[in-house]
Amino acid sequence: MSTMTYAGAPVDVDAEGFMTDPAQWNEQVAAEIAAEAGIGELTDRHWLVVNFMRNAYLESGSAPSIRTLGKASGVPIKKLYQLFPKGPAKLAAKIAGIPKPRGCI
Amino acid sequence: MNRIVIIGGGTGGTLVANRLRRQHRPEELEIVVVDRDDRHVYQPGLLFVPFGIDRPEGIVRSRSAQLHDGIGFRTADVDRVDVEANAVRLADGDSLEYDALVVASGASLLYEETEGLRGPGWGESVFSFYSVQDAAALRAALAEFDRGHLVVNLVDMPIKCPVAPLEFCFLADWFFRERGVRDQIEITYATPLDAAFTKPVAAEHLGGMLAEREIRLEAEFATGRVDGGERRLISWDEREIPFDLAVVVPLHGGSPFIARSAGLGDELGFVAVDIHTLQSRAAPNVFAIGDAASLPTSKAGSATHFEAETLCSNLARFLAQEELRGSYDGHVNCFIESGFHRALLIDFNYEVEPLPGRYPGAHVGPLSLLRESRLNHLGKLAFEPLYWHVLLPGRGIPGVGSEMSTAGKQAALNQGGNR
Repeated sequence: MSTMTYAGAPVDVDAEGFMTDPAQWNEQVAAEIAAEAGIGELTDRHWLVVNFMRNAYLESGSAPSIRTLGKASGVPIKKLYQLFPKGPAKLAAKIAGIPKPRGCI
Repeated sequence: MNRIVIIGGGTGGTLVANRLRRQHRPEELEIVVVDRDDRHVYQPGLLFVPFGIDRPEGIVRSRSAQLHDGIGFRTADVDRVDVEANAVRLADGDSLEYDALVVASGASLLYEETEGLRGPGWGESVFSFYSVQDAAALRAALAEFDRGHLVVNLVDMPIKCPVAPLEFCFLADWFFRERGVRDQIEITYATPLDAAFTKPVAAEHLGGMLAEREIRLEAEFATGRVDGGERRLISWDEREIPFDLAVVVPLHGGSPFIARSAGLGDELGFVAVDIHTLQSRAAPNVFAIGDAASLPTSKAGSATHFEAETLCSNLARFLAQEELRGSYDGHVNCFIESGFHRALLIDFNYEVEPLPGRYPGAHVGPLSLLRESRLNHLGKLAFEPLYWHVLLPGRGIPGVGSEMSTAGKQAALNQGGNR
């Protein structure tokens, strides 16, 4: 656990950079985490996914997997990989200020 | 008199039916099990069929023959559950009305959700092993495979027995070595996870076992399509893995009737339940168990077995209008076959990841956790008769409790949860 500064305020993150307290999040924090991950500008499509992730987490207590994201967010998986390269669920979770999605086992 | 309908005559349905029959007199409680067929597959055996250790038909028995006297068995497809009307609508037009319902319909294999999986090359260079038919076809292919690149891939979680694809790799390594062809065969394990397994301590250990066996780990590989004609797996982010033989574990979802039953399932078709009481969110008189339930633990027979105790007592409480108990803790344990007549055992729950130690007796074992041993392998082999004769009839396994114990585990238990 360590502390980062985003949008001029301290933010608690885990070893992989995922925020541990969703209450410290705001849209400016999201934009700065995205920029750090190489996403220059968050488009409406990005926000749709980020907000979906965040709401799903706040409702259910766990971050959606890529499959759930593809089925329920309205954005097809192929497109998700273009928006959030490498791991869409992971990257969108990071930007959404929620813990890393675990493949439930 | 109350009537309980159980959808599914597999591990969960059979064990719940039998336990309830022993606990309640026939004049108090009618129990009906409905399933589409009368073939109960001992699913752990599917791993052994491709390597010629188990025969395909040797792992199948009659479902109805596993049920105690005084339990009704009906063969029919379920169209949907009408939660409002407390009725299961069958595809043949009949309905089964219930006072309480148990959904134990397992997981379905969704081959069609992965482009090309059952396209060109299916049954020639592309195989699977999660059904009796698939495992039997793979058995014939493996017997002839003596050079080239074997790729073992799971498309995405959740899958039944999440360690099975890893075990498949270990057994393949052993199988090819025994036949003297291992040096002509490359093995790759391609997983969408960022390591060999989901839980950190076990992932590190299992990753080391892959490396020792010269099995390449291709992590974060999310299969987008299978091109059996050109023999390559293509990920969503356009990485490719060429193969000569691919063993692909398809996506899993709930049984199709769940999606047709308003409010019953989550987006993958598993029944949304309270993770501690197993009561459905759709209605207080609906419960789910095993692979059919949307629980953040392994889809595995051992989890189902541990859930059964909670489920049976909560059903009785519900019928007696008492408060439910949230006693299921996510406990699961699994033997992991590592080849050469050895196996590991792991034991964990919602909060505590698999750790080294001894099981079931703290310190004395006799089984070792997260360490390969011959006794663990014998434990796995000994399990099949226990499954048919002790577990399904609804008897407890001596020394094995439903709630997980941390005694005797070498643990940094202050690490917190691992979900």
